[in-house]
Amino acid sequence: MMNFLHRLASPPHFYRISGRLLPWLGAAFALLLVAGLVGGLYLAPPDYQQGDSFRIMYIHVPSAWMSLFIYMVMAGAGLIVLVWRIKLAELVAVHSAPIGASFTFLALVTGSLWGKPMWGTWWVWDARLTSELILLFLYLGVIGLYNAIEDKRAAARAVAILALVGVVNIPIIHYSVVWWNTLHQGPTVTRFDKPAIATSMLIPLLIMALAFNLYYFIALLMRLRLALLEREAGARWVANLLAEEEA
Amino acid sequence: MSAPAPRLGRAFLALLRRDLLLTYRHRAEAVNPLFFFVLVVTLFPLGVGADAKLLHAMGPGVVWVAALLAAMLSLDGIFRSDFEDGTLEQLALSAHPLSVLVLAKVIAHWLVTGLPLLLMAPLLGILLSLSGAQTGVLMATLALGTPVLSLVGAIGVALTVGLRRGGVLLSLLVLPLYVPVLIFASNAVQAAGSGLPVSGQLFMLGALLVLALVLTPWPTAAALRISLG
Repeated sequence: MMNFLHRLASPPHFYRISGRLLPWLGAAFALLLVAGLVGGLYLAPPDYQQGDSFRIMYIHVPSAWMSLFIYMVMAGAGLIVLVWRIKLAELVAVHSAPIGASFTFLALVTGSLWGKPMWGTWWVWDARLTSELILLFLYLGVIGLYNAIEDKRAAARAVAILALVGVVNIPIIHYSVVWWNTLHQGPTVTRFDKPAIATSMLIPLLIMALAFNLYYFIALLMRLRLALLEREAGARWVANLLAEEEA
Repeated sequence: MSAPAPRLGRAFLALLRRDLLLTYRHRAEAVNPLFFFVLVVTLFPLGVGADAKLLHAMGPGVVWVAALLAAMLSLDGIFRSDFEDGTLEQLALSAHPLSVLVLAKVIAHWLVTGLPLLLMAPLLGILLSLSGAQTGVLMATLALGTPVLSLVGAIGVALTVGLRRGGVLLSLLVLPLYVPVLIFASNAVQAAGSGLPVSGQLFMLGALLVLALVLTPWPTAAALRISLG
């Protein structure tokens, strides 16, 4: 098993395998995205309270899930970087950050767009919105740190440490914000108990979540391939690859 | 290789003493963050108006935000000069665990930057028309909260100390991590103003302090080793 992982982590091997995998992943992603969008925007019935505007949930909720999930992946990769010093894990940690930040941003924007008709304002200091905003700052810190350090391998290790510190802090930040919020404002529209979601609404949501996961995986693979080519520009396998492409 | 406990303890105390002495020799630099703290608090009444009721409501938050910013400003000094003159490299090469030595430096830093904020609190309490009980709670939260700021901030400094312009980046890295301290501390002071019990918030701050004391020296030491290359 470890042997297999080590081979997978070697750049030429990874480049080859990921190249073969990408078209399949892309096809699966397209299929799921279409299925999720049709299910969510067309097949699912309008909400009895919110009408059609609840449908933004099919983008908003998966984005919010992904924003947390990607931070966890980043921290996991960071741990691998610090313990085993695997180059590929460095790239995973570093290149997950911009994708995660984008999903966080998307979750914030869609939440704000939904909030305007529902709450009558673009922004509410709701606990979840606030912790999502702080999560965005954590991502921006990671990206800023990586860009600021010249030596990219040292930068990747610095990012790994920051991601691990962040992952310990996220639950603390989240629960302190929840606690702050419940003390500051009484029950508002944001706090009413939502009825359990109907199955016809839930299935498209899960499909969309899967599609978003695949999108992350694809975007990450493409970034990793590019980064590997850049980093290993002088290596023989890259030269061979280029010769093959030209032939 | 084996470093018996008393020698580590002596190294810890020696480093603590050295850092305090260094600050004492550069007194003028050390008081600047303190003036900054008072200045920021002074700006708020000028900006939002001197209505006593308004100040009473905003005071706890204002003092704590000012404390965060003052702590941020002084953070860079924990490792900067030692990094530049090579002392930090010697520390990293010593037989003692770097995380313990780092803890000594952070404690020294807190004693010269965090503790003065605490002593300044009664004055700010008067400026922002906080009640006596509130000022007491404010001092308690500062006593528990500012060490957390130094401990957590040290990670950020360790990550950015090798950079020429790490200042703004440092605030981006560290301020989001300060959010829990800000929430619990300013809330405790506010609650004290309404005559509510504050022990819950103080316990949470204490828990954060213990957590930071135990956990942060490791990432700080690891980050320093990266910055040292």
